[in-house]
Amino acid sequence: MIFGRSERGKPPVEPVTLKILVAGGFGVGKTTLVGAVSEIKPLRTEEYLTEAGRPVDDTTGVEGKHTTTVAMDFGRITLREDLVLYLFGTPGQERFWFMWDELSEGALGAVVLADTRRLEDCFAAVDYFERRSIPFLIAVNCFEGSARYPEEDVRGALDLDDDVPVILCDARDRRSVRDVLVGVVQHAMDYGAERRETVTT
Amino acid sequence: MSTDGQGSSHWFDDEAGPVVRPYAMTRGRTTSAGQHRLDLIAVVVAEPHADDAEEDPSLSPEHVDIAVLCRDAPQSVAELAAELNLPIGVVRVLVGDLVDAQFVHVNRPVPPAELPDESILRDVINGLRAL
Repeated sequence: MIFGRSERGKPPVEPVTLKILVAGGFGVGKTTLVGAVSEIKPLRTEEYLTEAGRPVDDTTGVEGKHTTTVAMDFGRITLREDLVLYLFGTPGQERFWFMWDELSEGALGAVVLADTRRLEDCFAAVDYFERRSIPFLIAVNCFEGSARYPEEDVRGALDLDDDVPVILCDARDRRSVRDVLVGVVQHAMDYGAERRETVTT
Repeated sequence: MSTDGQGSSHWFDDEAGPVVRPYAMTRGRTTSAGQHRLDLIAVVVAEPHADDAEEDPSLSPEHVDIAVLCRDAPQSVAELAAELNLPIGVVRVLVGDLVDAQFVHVNRPVPPAELPDESILRDVINGLRAL
């Protein structure tokens, strides 16, 4: 074990777990991307909006109303017996942003999946990760029939910092998605090194 | 998950979701005492005597389900929630109970605000490339 946290448990391998977020507008292919590399069919977890710390006047007078849930799809890649990477698709709607805070905590980095026909759909995600200093890259999902724009145009349209990578990808293709993920981790590494320097000096 | 006495002629349909409010399983608790919020990718690992959970009268069937799943292999909180079809908040409370009863322990992921070690990141890249 890398953490050397063997405590009481003996035989079961206790893997180090990491997560990468997949953000982007509705219908841009987040779950497709997760499914392309996940070893399990993307699973769905739900969280109730009446979560702790969220005082809600739930039932009075609205007995017929269902509790609203936020669904998140996630996938898993076991890289090694003791190293597991999870991919979480973020809930698309902005009103679920409180879930983003929880998801992004401890995240290695993020993919912002973009569709060039609706680039504005990912403004919010770019903004979110920029503000929280979470390393992210833009993966442009090349839908069939959508015009391909040079990377520079995408960068300009999203007003990205120079160090944010922009990658063209096909969210259905395992290899392509794998390259996107490698890109995220690589970027996180560079980013971390940079940050460590500024902190220590 | 439960079928909660769903007979035939009810006023509700499937759209209504589970009839028992999910937090009934946690006896109304939305957090567990003295526990940090468990991350979605925190790994729940069974202790050697996790089998005893089945005989523990203070535990609910959902507690036992969690203990059994974790005994097979360590599980992340997110996987438990998906597998048992329970909201994450409920799973957190139930796992907290099992930790208190020492049937499981939890391995937390890399603490937030601390980036994982560079060597781990390198391992991740190598692992991805080998896919």
